[in-house]
Amino acid sequence: MLAAVMVLVMMGLLYRYFSLQVIQNEEFRAQSDRNRIAVRTVAPTRGVIVDRSGNLLAVNQPSFTLAITPERAENLDIVLTTLSDLLGLTETDIELFTQARKRRRPLSPVPLKYRLTDEELAVIAVNKHVLSGVSVLSELTRHYPEGDLLGHALGYVGRIGIDDVDESEKEAYRGISHIGKVGLEAYYEDVLKGGLGLSRIETNARGVELDVIDRIEPVPGAELTLHLDIELQRVAAAAMGDMRGAVVALDPRTGGVLSAVSNPRYDPNKFVNGISFSDYAELRDSRDAPLLNRVIQGQYPPASTIKPMLGLAGLNRDLITIDTAIPDPGYYQLPGDPRRYRDWILRVRGTGHAQEMNLRDSIAQSCDVYFYELANRFGIDALAESLEEFGIGSLTGVDLPSEKRGILPSSEWKRRVIGSSWYGGETLIVGIGQGYMLATPLQLAVATTVLATRGTAFKPTFVAAVDGRSVEPEPLLNVSADTAYWDEVFAGMVDTVASVRGTAFGMRSGLTYSVAGKTGTAQVVGIAQDATYDEEALSEYQRNHGWFVAFAPVENPEIVLAVLTENSGGGSSAYPVARAVLDYWMRRDE
Amino acid sequence: MSNDFARVAEVSSRELGARVRLLQVLHIDLWLAVPLLMLCVGGLFVLYSASGQSDVILNAQMRNIVVAVMVLLITAQFRLETLRGVSPYIFALATLLLVAVAFFGVGAKGAQRWLSLGFIRFQPSEVMKVAMPLALAWWLSKKALPPDLRSLAVAFALVAVPSGLILQQPDLGTSLLVATSGLAAIYMAGIQWRYIFSMMALALVSIWPAWVFVLKDYQKQRVLTLFNPESDRLGAGWNIIQSKTAIGSGGWEGLGWTQGSQAQLDFLPEGHTDFIIAVLAEEFGFRGVLLLFLIYAVILGRGLLITWRAQSSFARMLGGALVATFFSGLVMNLGMVSGLLPIVGVPLPMVSYGGTAMASMMIALGMLMAISTERPVPRTMR
Repeated sequence: MLAAVMVLVMMGLLYRYFSLQVIQNEEFRAQSDRNRIAVRTVAPTRGVIVDRSGNLLAVNQPSFTLAITPERAENLDIVLTTLSDLLGLTETDIELFTQARKRRRPLSPVPLKYRLTDEELAVIAVNKHVLSGVSVLSELTRHYPEGDLLGHALGYVGRIGIDDVDESEKEAYRGISHIGKVGLEAYYEDVLKGGLGLSRIETNARGVELDVIDRIEPVPGAELTLHLDIELQRVAAAAMGDMRGAVVALDPRTGGVLSAVSNPRYDPNKFVNGISFSDYAELRDSRDAPLLNRVIQGQYPPASTIKPMLGLAGLNRDLITIDTAIPDPGYYQLPGDPRRYRDWILRVRGTGHAQEMNLRDSIAQSCDVYFYELANRFGIDALAESLEEFGIGSLTGVDLPSEKRGILPSSEWKRRVIGSSWYGGETLIVGIGQGYMLATPLQLAVATTVLATRGTAFKPTFVAAVDGRSVEPEPLLNVSADTAYWDEVFAGMVDTVASVRGTAFGMRSGLTYSVAGKTGTAQVVGIAQDATYDEEALSEYQRNHGWFVAFAPVENPEIVLAVLTENSGGGSSAYPVARAVLDYWMRRDE
Repeated sequence: MSNDFARVAEVSSRELGARVRLLQVLHIDLWLAVPLLMLCVGGLFVLYSASGQSDVILNAQMRNIVVAVMVLLITAQFRLETLRGVSPYIFALATLLLVAVAFFGVGAKGAQRWLSLGFIRFQPSEVMKVAMPLALAWWLSKKALPPDLRSLAVAFALVAVPSGLILQQPDLGTSLLVATSGLAAIYMAGIQWRYIFSMMALALVSIWPAWVFVLKDYQKQRVLTLFNPESDRLGAGWNIIQSKTAIGSGGWEGLGWTQGSQAQLDFLPEGHTDFIIAVLAEEFGFRGVLLLFLIYAVILGRGLLITWRAQSSFARMLGGALVATFFSGLVMNLGMVSGLLPIVGVPLPMVSYGGTAMASMMIALGMLMAISTERPVPRTMR
């Protein structure tokens, strides 16, 4: 009996081993391989960004990162506390660590502190024995050598947050810690990122890597070559000084962005490995809005900068001729309306610009009365249509995220947005670029390009080439007009700078090349009918913005420029910036 | 019952050669000794691989083997009458030690199993593995067989008290092992079947209260994990998953000595102690497992034969209980490593690393040799 029981039990056990070893062998072999072989992702090198001459703008620097593999820490809380004591971790560090933990593969290290200093490395090495699960990873982190000079254009990469990558892309980001958050880094994320490599590694149960079995190399991210010229950028930023505002320079032949400055600026390097909460709050809450990229997101009344466009459109639509002369008493009245629409000159001289004004002089002297009359002849909807041809109110499609479209008001727009019908007087205000109308500096640069090229503007683009393959310019706008009309508008814009009565006469001295330009003064607060604009009485943030748009040389333009200076009082503070930028560009080969 | 010894063995000493007589004089049973040595030597190879080629562990185990073999040889020299005489004292001592453990014991991992005498630390439950068969055989052989209800009740008490003490340490595996050996002795005494069946019924009925009141949480966890190891992959299920993987990946031929990735890369926990058969299975394949089973079968078969041939009821009961101890330890280990039984922490006899368990098993086998080589009392002395 006992013997029988023993034989049966032993046979049963033997069968169990037979079943596991011989029948289920393949299954367990596979399981054993899964145990033994870890598939590690190998992060690709992010593509670098260079300017048109190959100067490095965004690079990858080797740095050391402190990481913890939670499964291997004997007591995670104690390890975190110890590290906090040793390295002075902040609550933000711990918080970011906790978040990062949620989206990683089991048994992979979670970053805790980036860019360890030599002292920190030493402290970690000395205390290694009490820091179970802690490792120091050597990796490449993004660095922007030019600092705040290109913060808005380049944007920055940051640690991948929970919402940054959607489910379908998760696999492509295994092992990648950073993602482009704003600017070119965000817009070109897909080409900059590169492709993950994989390596199969034999590890033991504690995850110690013993041997590389095989490896698929990662595909490095593409190199971006910008149209931008770093020296021009430096000149533009220097010319702006402390003024708030924007400078954007385009190559009219390609739409390439030669320079884009938005003041005040910020240093994108601060964001790469997690900006501290207080630093971020300071940037976010500042009244000067340093995080705003004014070039594409700042929306301002375009003011007189649209006068050349309206003039051309007026000629094209036969609303005026080259010789049309309009009486200028310094103000304008609609028939049967006692209200006087004043010319800016009235405040300065007490009279109009002249007895009668033609188009050329009205552009050069920025005569409001002429354009009140022209706007009245247009009517709001035809006026809006004409400006739309120059891209006002439309996205330029520049290769940056979060571009703003401004406002191109029309009767339909007012009904839809404001909910009331259009008044004739409002048309006059729009005719001098005020009222509801808003445009970004980039939009005005593109509109000015249409003038400069006599009708053709390409989509503005920062990137000239991806991995050496040039990006073809993409036509954006097309306006056709008689040569005589273009000539007349150009003459007005040239006079702006060259004529004694021109509004930008002050920048003429010493010019060695021809320039066509147009000033603008954008009102920030409405001035009541009988009140006058008194700069002294207004607070800094209520003062007028200054505009200057220009292109040079006039007959074969190589550069188009839009400059905006916030609350500077007017266009006269904008054209010196333009002069500095144009000077550098026109003389760069000398 | 001294008159048992008067039974004349049916061994014709004239037909045995001189060498067999020498073995008889030394009280060595070749059918036990040879497979035992094969186990010990073969086990050293597996252990060397399982310990990550550790010379330290290999040397320590060789010392353990030498000591254990000496213990076996010494034990085998005792006359059964002597063993029977000291049985109650050994049992009383072992029980006292268990009580001492309950009060003064030192522990590890939530269990209090060790007794420290300053210079030596040992587990009294290991002593009980040997004391239990002796005590039961001693008690039951004093009475008429089959035992009446009263002596049976005492016998059960003798089983229950030490088993209970060991269970509360807690050490489920050893407790079951000790209980099994005691029950085997009672079975050998010729207990009636209806008692056995009612005992089994009682055992089944007591599962529920045992689950609720006796088993510790970690023990329950082990049982639950057995049925669904995937429920806790990195926790309690880890051991079972990893040992099954090691066994299963060995196949027919095995991955080769020191070539098992589960064992060598530390995926297999306790590879050199309780889970050593998983290393053997992974590296030597089913062929190795088959050979191991054969060796154990020879030992068990020989043990049963010795028990059957035993010349006294004391010897028969002792033999049965010792074989049962060996057998249940073996089954629990083979079962738990292959995921059939809960992980109860029972080593693989003679192969797992460790001196105490090896010594107690050697003492058991030594007593079996003592039984097998007990010479009939010469006629002249009757």
